[in-house]
Amino acid sequence: MSNATTGAPSSGGASKVSSINEVVIRIAGNSQDGIQAIGGFLARLAGRSEQEVMTFMTIPATISGGASIFQVRMGSGEVLSSGDDADILLAFYQHSYEDHLGSLKKGGIVLYDSDHVQPKPELQGDYHHAGVPISGLTVEAIGGTAKDKGKNLYALGLIAKMFDLNVPKLEKLLGERFTGKDPSILNNALAAFHAGYSHSLGNILETFKFVDAKKKDGTQVVMNGNEAIGYGLIAAGVRFGAGYPITPWSDIMELLRRELPKYGGTFIQTEDEIAAISMAIGGSYAGRVAVTGSSGPGISLKTEALGWAVMAEMPLVIIDVQRGGPSTGMPTNIEQSDLNIAINGGHGDSPRVVIAPANVEDCFYMAIEAVNIARKYSVPVILLTDQGIATRIEAFVEPKLEQVCQDISPDFSPVADHKPYDLATKDGITTHVPPGTKILSGKYPIATGLEHDELGHPTGSPKLHMLMTAKRRKKLQALGASLPVPKVYGPPEGNVLLVGWGSTEGPIKEAVDRARAVGDSVSSLHLRHLNPLPNGLENIFAGYNHVLVVEMNDEGLYGFGQLGQVLRARYCDPKIQGINKTDGLTWKVKEILERAKTNVAAGLRKI
Amino acid sequence: MSETLIAKPAVSTTTPPEGERKGLTKKEIAADHPTWCPGCGDFSVLALYFKLIEKRKMLHEKITTIAGIGCSSRFPYFVQAHGAHFIHGRALPFASGISLSRPDLHVFVFGGDGDAFSIGGNHFNHTARKNVKMTYCVMDNWVYGLTKKQTSPTSPLGFKSKTDPWGAVDYPINPMKQAIAAGATFVARTTHTNPNHVLQMMEAAMDHDGFSFIECLSECVEFYEGAFDSSNPRKGGVFNEIPKNHDVTDELAAYKLAGEPFPGHFGIFYKSNKPTKNAKEAEISKSLQSKVTGLKDWQILQKNFDRMK
Repeated sequence: MSNATTGAPSSGGASKVSSINEVVIRIAGNSQDGIQAIGGFLARLAGRSEQEVMTFMTIPATISGGASIFQVRMGSGEVLSSGDDADILLAFYQHSYEDHLGSLKKGGIVLYDSDHVQPKPELQGDYHHAGVPISGLTVEAIGGTAKDKGKNLYALGLIAKMFDLNVPKLEKLLGERFTGKDPSILNNALAAFHAGYSHSLGNILETFKFVDAKKKDGTQVVMNGNEAIGYGLIAAGVRFGAGYPITPWSDIMELLRRELPKYGGTFIQTEDEIAAISMAIGGSYAGRVAVTGSSGPGISLKTEALGWAVMAEMPLVIIDVQRGGPSTGMPTNIEQSDLNIAINGGHGDSPRVVIAPANVEDCFYMAIEAVNIARKYSVPVILLTDQGIATRIEAFVEPKLEQVCQDISPDFSPVADHKPYDLATKDGITTHVPPGTKILSGKYPIATGLEHDELGHPTGSPKLHMLMTAKRRKKLQALGASLPVPKVYGPPEGNVLLVGWGSTEGPIKEAVDRARAVGDSVSSLHLRHLNPLPNGLENIFAGYNHVLVVEMNDEGLYGFGQLGQVLRARYCDPKIQGINKTDGLTWKVKEILERAKTNVAAGLRKI
Repeated sequence: MSETLIAKPAVSTTTPPEGERKGLTKKEIAADHPTWCPGCGDFSVLALYFKLIEKRKMLHEKITTIAGIGCSSRFPYFVQAHGAHFIHGRALPFASGISLSRPDLHVFVFGGDGDAFSIGGNHFNHTARKNVKMTYCVMDNWVYGLTKKQTSPTSPLGFKSKTDPWGAVDYPINPMKQAIAAGATFVARTTHTNPNHVLQMMEAAMDHDGFSFIECLSECVEFYEGAFDSSNPRKGGVFNEIPKNHDVTDELAAYKLAGEPFPGHFGIFYKSNKPTKNAKEAEISKSLQSKVTGLKDWQILQKNFDRMK
């Protein structure tokens, strides 16, 4: 917790009020305790208070029960990551207390449910302990039958008091959450919240007050990455899709299933992953770019049909919410190990587009970009996110929907003649003409997975295979040439350039800030377009002695992660090295810095 | 509001009404010369598809011919109309994507027994149970032809193939039983040697509002010659139409008919008028759209965003 005006929390003593810029709160309990709800309320409150916010959660793969955490970082300044160490730990159980005390800053506050947690005397000196019989007091507040239900809201009340949060705004959020249900549910929720709020923490703890946030341009919306993708696709004009449930992709298909019918569209739950992509391709073939998506094994299953979309030059958007792999892997953990399959998965030379959003706001806008690239280049586009960004809640400036929303209804006007695979076009870019379109020449196109001539009819001609293979490649090269050169964060020259992609942008930028604050020469570069890459990266790399590619995947047989290999292959530059990890957790800022230091100290690896 | 499920794309104004229109001739609708072996039963199915298009005066641009992989799945290349040659076994979900987003198109899927019952078996069951509107014609030859004589899921016990040189040991699938059990709402059987009957089944299938399935015996003269002789009067066999008194809505009676030994009966085994997936999805959409009447798409989305502030 960075204090704006005063020093560290005083131990013991009279309670006082300290001004703070930001705080990291880690809530630890079991998956059915509603701790995501507490975090969600805090995140949305921050969004409504023009504060920056970012969350991080883990959920167990088991259906019910199992340890679960939710970490929320909220502040008046820019919040780039969910925070390395917590200022406050809210522990519901003994295991929550014991497993997560290590993630609390020395001198931080552990707020625990004294009905379940027996604090360790030897730790009392390192952390401020505050025990509240949360379970018992919740039952007291809302009645004996409620059992443990509502203790999350009681705890929310405690936190609200501690940080002097805006109670009317929180009450409004509770009202919205429990709207339409039995009014006694809302009343119980409010009762639990107020009981917590009015509980006296005594004089062992100080309370805190956020300094006023800088005025934002426009109101903020608060959502997680999966929601941002779902709504981005709707804004882009997607009205049809198909999917099969798998964690952590399922939220997106549930959202689309629920929302698309309002727009005259639909989303189909299919019998399997292969049917899902096949049906989505059928939807695209019918005229309007469609969407499918998956995670982990589901992506592997889709690769044959993906290859068809490449060959038949059919627009398609595929969402890959990455999780730990291979095989069933770690379904609820984060990993960036699908870049290889996204770029290369499938047999044959099958160039496709791969883009990766860096934050929740990006998820919204890049979903639209994915649709537009797919349409313009008649190509499948993979939008690569991960478990972290999928469930992470962030606030961002509300998009101007009237301007952002686009109509991509197909055009069925008759055409004189049409060659779906015309070799004479500039850059190899051709467009799909859907069924329903009268073709006046009487020569109709066939969409096909066989190598074909310009009308889509099969050919065994070596010359045509060469020309068509080049056509499918050339259009991606044209896209690459049109991409903007990404901006460097920090000075354009220096000792170390950290390169990242996907959800790691925040912690990498924070690492740059922290390194520069102590005089180290570190900048960073974040790539959103991974296949094709934008041109001009070599000029950026030239400004640094070390180019370290930070990824959440294995260092591979030759010492480089998956993006690291791509950059090495393209730039043949030995100063490109990898910083990789596979613990299934998001990067901590200090981890990145320590690993970068070790790497630089070791000098360039001999290979 | 965008027009996807509910509204049909506008029909070209230059199109004369059906009464004054001439059907497409074979010359207009034929494309590549088929790659099938001389004498293959599939030629007859293709010719009858052309006849169906002509007789029913289908609009050229509305015909959509879809297939997976196999000898018979080459079909779309031979039809001068919009079409797609998709991957092995997955023609049905691909066609479902078209059918569910484009109610104005005639969606016809052609394929073989391997495509339908082996690699695509799962999709067959689910497309049937969901009752997605389309016509699926399986040209069943009881053998893998394109890969040159391996055992197929419909090969009878004892059939000698390259993968079962001692004779097939796996019990074959009965396509009629499979379709009825899966919930298909139109289940018919015909054979390429009786062109009138094939056309009759195709017309009935096309008119059916739902998933209409036709098993059309189609002899592979190269790898399973004579397989269907006992169903062909010209080869000394018998072609028995389904008895006039058979009740096509009686699932049990249909299942019993399907269990008869070869050559069995030909005709419509089963037919029911369950609402289609297409209709159900449109109903859901209509009901949800009624709550946002008069709003533009961005305004509907704005309502969601207002709740996330």
